[in-house]
Amino acid sequence: MKLVRRFSRTERTLHWVNATGFLLLLATGLILYLPRLSVLVGRRPLIKDIHFWGGVGWVSALALVALLGDRRGLLRTAGEIETFQPSRFNVGQKVNAVLNAAFTVLFLASGLLLFFGERDTRFRFASTVLLHDGLMYAALGLLVGHLYLAVIHPATRHSLRGMTRGTVNAEWAKRHYPRWAPPAD
Amino acid sequence: MDAPTPKRYGRGLFLATVAGGLTSIAWGKPVWTKVSAALGPAESLVPFVPQGWRIYTVSGSMPTFDRATWRLEIGGLVDRKLSLSYDDLRALPRAHQISDFHCVTGWTVKNVRWGGVRLRDVFAEAKPQFDAHGLQFVSAEIPYVDYLTLDQGRIPDVMLAYEMNGKPLAREHGAPLRLVIPEMYGYKNVKWLREVNLVPQAEPGYWEQLGYDRDAWVGRSNGYGA
Repeated sequence: MKLVRRFSRTERTLHWVNATGFLLLLATGLILYLPRLSVLVGRRPLIKDIHFWGGVGWVSALALVALLGDRRGLLRTAGEIETFQPSRFNVGQKVNAVLNAAFTVLFLASGLLLFFGERDTRFRFASTVLLHDGLMYAALGLLVGHLYLAVIHPATRHSLRGMTRGTVNAEWAKRHYPRWAPPAD
Repeated sequence: MDAPTPKRYGRGLFLATVAGGLTSIAWGKPVWTKVSAALGPAESLVPFVPQGWRIYTVSGSMPTFDRATWRLEIGGLVDRKLSLSYDDLRALPRAHQISDFHCVTGWTVKNVRWGGVRLRDVFAEAKPQFDAHGLQFVSAEIPYVDYLTLDQGRIPDVMLAYEMNGKPLAREHGAPLRLVIPEMYGYKNVKWLREVNLVPQAEPGYWEQLGYDRDAWVGRSNGYGA
């Protein structure tokens, strides 16, 4: 099987750091948010701490990977995603990436407002919690679609290999991304 | 000639999403309120969150209720201290009401049906003394405590509720008994009540010691309203 390189080490690290942080925050967030889980788990002050510091850690880890990794490569990737023309990624994947980036900024902003709002009325707004919850629903929707295509759907799930090992089958790449001219691995 | 530079739609989508999200801090709740008024209770459309309740606690575990041993102690500046069992409490005149519940963090549950007892019926036998001007509500969730002035306690729809929406109060809502004061934010509505004491005056409660307003009037305290 001829392989071509789809994702760099920095891109893969960024993806998995993002996924780990998101899932930790989703799990702890749902415990704080859903009454049934709140009752089942209890320990709200601890879960709150894990959620808040997990969020700070998530964003810091993303920044750290970007700073210490292949910065030029990431900028090139960002430029590639911005155009919305099919290339190494199709348009759906680009929209998913852009929305996730925007959601991360909004999760961070609304999360910090919730945290500081609990300590100072100047940061307290009646709509913050609505934004934070709405983001969760939207991000969860994207995640479900992403997981279906990357793990379950037979025609596309080969792409998971690209995100774990960095390389994908050249034939598969040609079929799914005809406008992409990958470097051979 | 070079091909024209492709348009950067991604940047536009990113900025529009961030801008829409950030400005929703200003328009989110008013719009949501309008939508929910138009659709009926829109919050019932949101899966898994019954009527929009969230359950907030301050300690590691929720108190449990044992009907055989549970007591509500009425004490402090009273002529006669009382220790009421759950059945004693249920034997007092039953009051009911429908009122909205507002949390200081911004969520609201409309039209909650409460059943319980009025404070005056609880105090009738205990006989508060003249120098009592405050009420202390002690939760079984340690160290949660909050206070009302005696005047606030006389607001007609203040109650000690043991039923919510036709069922005995659920554990997460403060079983078996919670304070309900619809005029004030949720943190004044002490859950898992186990003591009500008459005190010389109202003091800062749990959240008030952390900077929240002692008089938590809905819409005009804690930085909301003018």
